[in-house]
Amino acid sequence: MAPTGIVSDVPIEWFLLLGAMLFALGAVGVVVRRNPVTVFMCIELMLNAVNLTFLTFARYQNGWGLKYENAQQAAMNGQMMVIFVMAVAAAEVAVGLGIIMAIFRARREVDVDDLSTLRN
Amino acid sequence: MNNYVIPTIDWTAAMPVIVVFLTGIAALLVEMFRPRQNNNVIVGISLTGLAVAAYLLASQVGMPAIDTFAGMIRRDHLGLMLQLLMVVACGLTFLFGENYLRERRMAYGEFYPLAIWSTAGGMIMVGTDHLLMIFIGLEVLSISLYCMAGLAREEQRSAESALKYFLLGSLASAFLLYGIAFFYGATGTLSLTQIGMNGAQMNMQILATAFVLIGLGFKASLFPFHMWTPDVYQGAPTNVSAFLATVSKIAALGLMARMLPVLGQTQDFWFPVLFWLSMLTMTVGNVSAIGQTDLKRMLGFSSIAHAGYVMVALLAHLKNPKVVSLDAMVFYLAVYSVATIGAFAVLTLAVRNAQEDARASALHGLWKRNRFAAGAFIVFLISLIGIPFTGGFLGKLLIFQGALQADLLPLAIVLGVNSAISVAYYLFMAKAVFVDDEELTGARVGQTSGGLKLTCVVCAAAVFGSWFFGSTLQSLLGAPNEAAVKVERPVVAQTQR
Repeated sequence: MAPTGIVSDVPIEWFLLLGAMLFALGAVGVVVRRNPVTVFMCIELMLNAVNLTFLTFARYQNGWGLKYENAQQAAMNGQMMVIFVMAVAAAEVAVGLGIIMAIFRARREVDVDDLSTLRN
Repeated sequence: MNNYVIPTIDWTAAMPVIVVFLTGIAALLVEMFRPRQNNNVIVGISLTGLAVAAYLLASQVGMPAIDTFAGMIRRDHLGLMLQLLMVVACGLTFLFGENYLRERRMAYGEFYPLAIWSTAGGMIMVGTDHLLMIFIGLEVLSISLYCMAGLAREEQRSAESALKYFLLGSLASAFLLYGIAFFYGATGTLSLTQIGMNGAQMNMQILATAFVLIGLGFKASLFPFHMWTPDVYQGAPTNVSAFLATVSKIAALGLMARMLPVLGQTQDFWFPVLFWLSMLTMTVGNVSAIGQTDLKRMLGFSSIAHAGYVMVALLAHLKNPKVVSLDAMVFYLAVYSVATIGAFAVLTLAVRNAQEDARASALHGLWKRNRFAAGAFIVFLISLIGIPFTGGFLGKLLIFQGALQADLLPLAIVLGVNSAISVAYYLFMAKAVFVDDEELTGARVGQTSGGLKLTCVVCAAAVFGSWFFGSTLQSLLGAPNEAAVKVERPVVAQTQR
């Protein structure tokens, strides 16, 4: 069954492109940003791009032109993955903010470029 | 959904992981209610639980390979062996961990449940064929490790190492996930075996493989993605570094051994990449290790180099799965793990006044003050170098043979050259222990606790035992060569567009 409704009028490539752009934005942000909280937000952005990609494939898997034995199951695979990614991302936030707080308490300001006590 | 079949469930296959998880919960409960004096009860419970899990794993060796829980859990020989290795390595880090944590005045009981759950995550990772489970296992392993790396919460270096590990680790997860998304998009399934048999959308599958390899490369600290490793190993508490260098590395490399044989269709694309990466991983790891002054950092670079050696074993298997089996890889992971845990265990002696100092000067004159620890240290170094009569030598020999059998002569040569390079920095460590005299800084080497002694004895016994019983072990590890048999290389189907 082909997707119906508003979504079906948008080609799958657009969604994939949006996902790729979000992913690239996040990756660039990780490299250029210096505040760990912002860096972490960029990583979250990448995870959301992944989620978008999963959902796109789940939604369009017939429109993509592939034939599966069990289309419903194939769609559900991707959708379940998204749920798990979100749950894991939440767990990562909990741990990550705790770590950032620990550093912040020790030195009042956090800048990834200043984190250089670990060297030879 | 009217023809939904309730999947058959084989609980024995899942039991080891479940036992390990429950052990972690039990340890955490005890931590909450314990009398405040010590962690001995927690350590006892943890070790008991790990022993039970190890027994359950060992009892399944030789049983037929199955997929259960609707394809979410797979029991096969490779998975069992890797899981067994992880459980044993985790137990070994516990043996010397308690005394070390107390010396550093951070005997938080939370360390044990975290490490146990981390092990469970690694066990899930290598014991499945499903990408969803692989992802969850990887995250359970990693998130626990982020916490463990920052265990010394008063200390800046520990927090910094935790932050670095956390940021780069989650970045790696994002890459891995993006790759998984494209595998899913190309084939509509998350089961590795089915992906391997599905010839649709090959370009997309190549892209997916690239992203997945970036993610796994971070976790296994292969060459261009290795820079976090020395930093994290240096900043994290020493027992956590030992855990990182063994359990998490076994999991990441084991996952590669599980994934790559299945992706045979795109092998022409990723094989040359991995070929060069493993070469560079070995060389960069060994060359950067020379000239380090911090011993934990040095062992971090050494672990990068050893990951490169393991990759050679894996590549030899992938090149010629009929002739070269994976047992060389598992064997090497085992001997590397015991020697590394032992070396880190001896390094815990360098704590003084609750401060960590792993510079080489901290071990000066160890031979005079503590013959036992110094002797054990040299045994581990010998095995890491790969000198005869130790398991390390036999492991390297097996990898070397495999590489030759698979026509990977360049890799074999680079491996040999690198073993020679590595002698330089291992000897530097040995010199710190034996030759250099104690400086007059009041260097105090911590008490050799019973746990540390036991760790050293067990690891040293394993180092020598794996040499003397090498052939037995090898045949045990490589019993059936399932990975090669099960997945016949499928014919690339036409894209059904």
